[in-house]
Amino acid sequence: MSLQALLLTLRLAVLVSLILMAIGLPLGYWLASSRWRWKFVMEAVVALPIVLPPTVLGYYVLVAIGPMSPVGRWYYKLTGGSLAFTFRGLVVGSVLYSLPFAVQPIAAAFSAVDRNLLNASSTLGASPWRTFWQIVFPLGLPGVLTGFVLSFAHTLGEFGVVLMIGGNIPGATRTISIWIYDQVQSLNYAAANQMAAVLLIVCFVILTVLYGLRRTRKWGVWGWQ
Amino acid sequence: MNVPSSVLAHELSVEVRRVLGNPSAGDRGLTLEARFAVGSGFTILFGPSGAGKTTILDCIAGLQKPDSGRISVSDETFFDSRRQVNVATQQRNIGYLFQTLALFPHMTVRRNIEYGLAQLDARERQARSSEIADSFGIAGLLDRRPAKISGGERQRVALARALVTRPKALLLDEPMSALDRSTRSKILDDLRKWNEAHAVPVLYVTHEREEVYALGDRVLVLEAGKIVADGTPHDVLSRPQLESIAQLAGFENIFDCSVVAAHAEQGTMTCRIDGSEVMLEVPLTRVATGNPIRVGIRAGDILLASSQPHDLSARNIIAGTITSLRQQDVTVIAEIDCGVMFAVHFTPGARQSLGLETGKAVWLVLKTYSCHVLQ
Repeated sequence: MSLQALLLTLRLAVLVSLILMAIGLPLGYWLASSRWRWKFVMEAVVALPIVLPPTVLGYYVLVAIGPMSPVGRWYYKLTGGSLAFTFRGLVVGSVLYSLPFAVQPIAAAFSAVDRNLLNASSTLGASPWRTFWQIVFPLGLPGVLTGFVLSFAHTLGEFGVVLMIGGNIPGATRTISIWIYDQVQSLNYAAANQMAAVLLIVCFVILTVLYGLRRTRKWGVWGWQ
Repeated sequence: MNVPSSVLAHELSVEVRRVLGNPSAGDRGLTLEARFAVGSGFTILFGPSGAGKTTILDCIAGLQKPDSGRISVSDETFFDSRRQVNVATQQRNIGYLFQTLALFPHMTVRRNIEYGLAQLDARERQARSSEIADSFGIAGLLDRRPAKISGGERQRVALARALVTRPKALLLDEPMSALDRSTRSKILDDLRKWNEAHAVPVLYVTHEREEVYALGDRVLVLEAGKIVADGTPHDVLSRPQLESIAQLAGFENIFDCSVVAAHAEQGTMTCRIDGSEVMLEVPLTRVATGNPIRVGIRAGDILLASSQPHDLSARNIIAGTITSLRQQDVTVIAEIDCGVMFAVHFTPGARQSLGLETGKAVWLVLKTYSCHVLQ
C-alpha cells in the first residue's frame, strides 16, 4: 500500500470538491433560476463530462494547458512553470471532469425551492444575496451536500484524465488508481488488491452515509418536515 | 399595538398595462389595462380567474414588471415607464400575503416573523415580534416550525410576518380560501383592528362574495384585464348590469337589517329590514341582538301567492303590491313593494295562471334558508 498515493488522492479530492462548491453554487443557482433561452446549451456543456470518455477530456485539457496553447503560455508568464504533469494541472482536469456531479444535484435542489418563498423573501426587504443564503441555500442544502460528496467520491476514483494530463509522478500526480494500475502491470496483485479494497470501502461508506442521511431526515437540515 | 406617530392617509395609485400570458405560445394575448387609486382601508379586487388580479398585485409588489404605466404609494413612485423608474421589490416595503402563505419551512415562527426586521437591532426586533405575536394570538407558537401548527395559525403567522414590517400598503391574494368560516372571520377582525391603527391601503383579492360584503369599503371588478365596475359592495352588487357582477352578487335582493331576537332552540333569528316594518326570519348566526346584519335573497327563491297562504312551513310570508313587471327571455322580473322593494323572478306561465299584473296585491313566501346572512 502506498500512503503517499492515498494522501495525494485525498488532498486532490478535498481541493477539487471545495473548488467545485465555489463554482457549483453560483452556476447551479444560475441554471435553476435563469430564463435565458439558450440555457440548455449551458446545461449540455455541464453534462458533457458524464458521457465523454475521460481520455478525450484529458486530451483536450492537456492540449489546452500545454506550452503551445494560449492558456499554457499565459500560465507560464504568470508562474514561470507549466500546468501539464503537475498537481495543479490535475486539479484543473479533475474540476472539469467532476463538474456535472457537483452542479447537477445543486441545480436540481435549488430549482425545487418554491418560488413563492423567494418572492416572500424579497417583499420582506431581503436582497437577492440574503435570499440566497437564508432561503435557497438552507432549503437546497441536501442537494449541495450530495454534490459535494459525489464530486469528492468521483475525484477519488478517476483514472483516464489523470493519466492523460498528470502522468505518473510519485508525490505529484500518482493517485491511487494510477498506483493500482502500476501494481497490476507489474503483476503485484496483493498490493493492488489491498489498495483497491481501501478505495472500495471508502467510496461505499461515503455513499452509505449520504443515502442514509437522506432517508432518515433526522439531521438538522431536514428537520422541518 | 402602537399607533404610529403620524397616521397619514396613504394612497395607492396604480396604472398598469401588461400583456398577460404568452401570445406567441397561442394564448389569447389578453392585455391587462387597469387604472385606479385606493385610499387607506379595504378594497376588494374581484374577478374570474385569469382576469389579471394576481398580475396587478405582482406589479404593485414589483414581482412582475408592467409593459407600461405608473405605480406609487403616497408620494413615492415605485414604477414609472416614462421616467424609467422601477424600484426593486425589496425596497418597496409592500406587505404581500400569498395564497400559499409562503412561510419559510426551515425557520421557527419567531424567525419567520423577524425575517423582515433584519435592519433593526436584536432587542427591538424581539420587542416588535412579541408585540405582533400577542395581538394576533400566536405568542405561544413562536418556537415552533410552520409544519407543526394548524392552518389558521399559519394564516396568522403569515399575516403577522407581513404586518410587522409596517408596510406602506398590504396586498392579500385569496389568503383565507383554505379556512373555515369562523376562523376566517376572527382573523379578518384582527386584520381590521390592525388597520384601524395603521390606516394603509389594503387590496384584497377574493372570489367569495361573503368576504366582499364582510370586508369591502369598495369593490373593483376586473374582467378580462379591465376594471368594469367600481363602488361600494352594495352599489356594485345590487345593480348587476354585468354578468360577472351578477355572478358575484347572485342576490338580487340585499337588505341591511337589525337583529330583533334570536331563537337558539329553533336555529333562527328575527330581524327587521332597516327603514321598514318588514320582519325576516333568517338562519341563526352569532350576531348579538340589536346588531346590524346584511341579508341576501335570490329573486328566484321567492314564491308568490295571489291570496294569503296558510299552513306553510315557510316562516316568512310578506304582503306587498306589484309595482312593475318586465320580461327578459323566459324570466319575468317583478318589483314588489312591501315597504321595501323586492325583486322576484318567475316564469311567464306563473304570471298567466296567477294573473300577476301591476297593482295586484301578492304575498311573498320565503324559506328561512333562502335568506343568506352575508356578514
